[in-house]
Amino acid sequence: MSDKELQTQQKREVQQEGEPTKPMRQFIPAVDIYEDDKSVTLLAEMPGISKNGVEVKLDDGSLLIEGSIPDDDKTADRTILLQEFEAGNYIRKFTVSETIDQDKIKAVMSNGILKLVLPKIQPAKPKKIEIKTA
Amino acid sequence: MSIIRFMDPPFFRPGLSDFERMRREMDKLMQRKDYNTPFSVGTPVFPPLNIYEDNNNIYVKAEAAGVEADKINISVEGDNLTISGEREQQGKDMSYHRQEIETGKFSRAVTLPTKINIDAVTARFKNGILAITLPKAEEVKPKKIEVTIN
Repeated sequence: MSDKELQTQQKREVQQEGEPTKPMRQFIPAVDIYEDDKSVTLLAEMPGISKNGVEVKLDDGSLLIEGSIPDDDKTADRTILLQEFEAGNYIRKFTVSETIDQDKIKAVMSNGILKLVLPKIQPAKPKKIEIKTA
Repeated sequence: MSIIRFMDPPFFRPGLSDFERMRREMDKLMQRKDYNTPFSVGTPVFPPLNIYEDNNNIYVKAEAAGVEADKINISVEGDNLTISGEREQQGKDMSYHRQEIETGKFSRAVTLPTKINIDAVTARFKNGILAITLPKAEEVKPKKIEVTIN
């Protein structure tokens, strides 16, 4: 347990060119990216998105994360007293370097956080060649 | 009718007077460079809440992605609802390239608009959204009075 207090931050909305065709708002998920010897891990904060609503696409070195919220809004007959957040879809794109083993990327969704593990390509181990005496 | 904890950057020493605090807050607003971006999507509080009501219940939804369900404490005292907890860092002692997801402790209190039946409060946590259902107390529920014809 740390004593650190959580700093608040606001959702960032995607700045679109032209007018959007969908009424849904699109947000840029906040991400953490960290690295160790074996892999690069990416965490994306997408509250309200279920496992089925996430799409991760890898295309020619660019990684696209998309999350769409399920359409089960039961709030229609309720009166809104306070509204501080809006539900919406999430979208963000990253460039993946060549040192990532693109076939072995793993994705896990839990508690509204998408975790992507991008394993690094292990460099070929140096081969030691023994020299025999003739 | 909520108690909103204003964004309180750590460089404010507790000795500063409220006026000084306000002046700095105003200065910060003036320094905003990107006037075209929408001023706020959500509020600078954590977790942001949406509160709804219908005839029988009050519904509180909180956006708290990445918080473990057992790290969330919900307490109701009279007509005060408090949500507190902690979001922990996943990649401890790792070398970070980017860190945008804030971690740490949070606490949020709201005053509910009506009396509620404390014993029947339920809470569900799914996909990072905490949904609390607070049934209204019997005496504040709207009663339909039948008109009979003599």
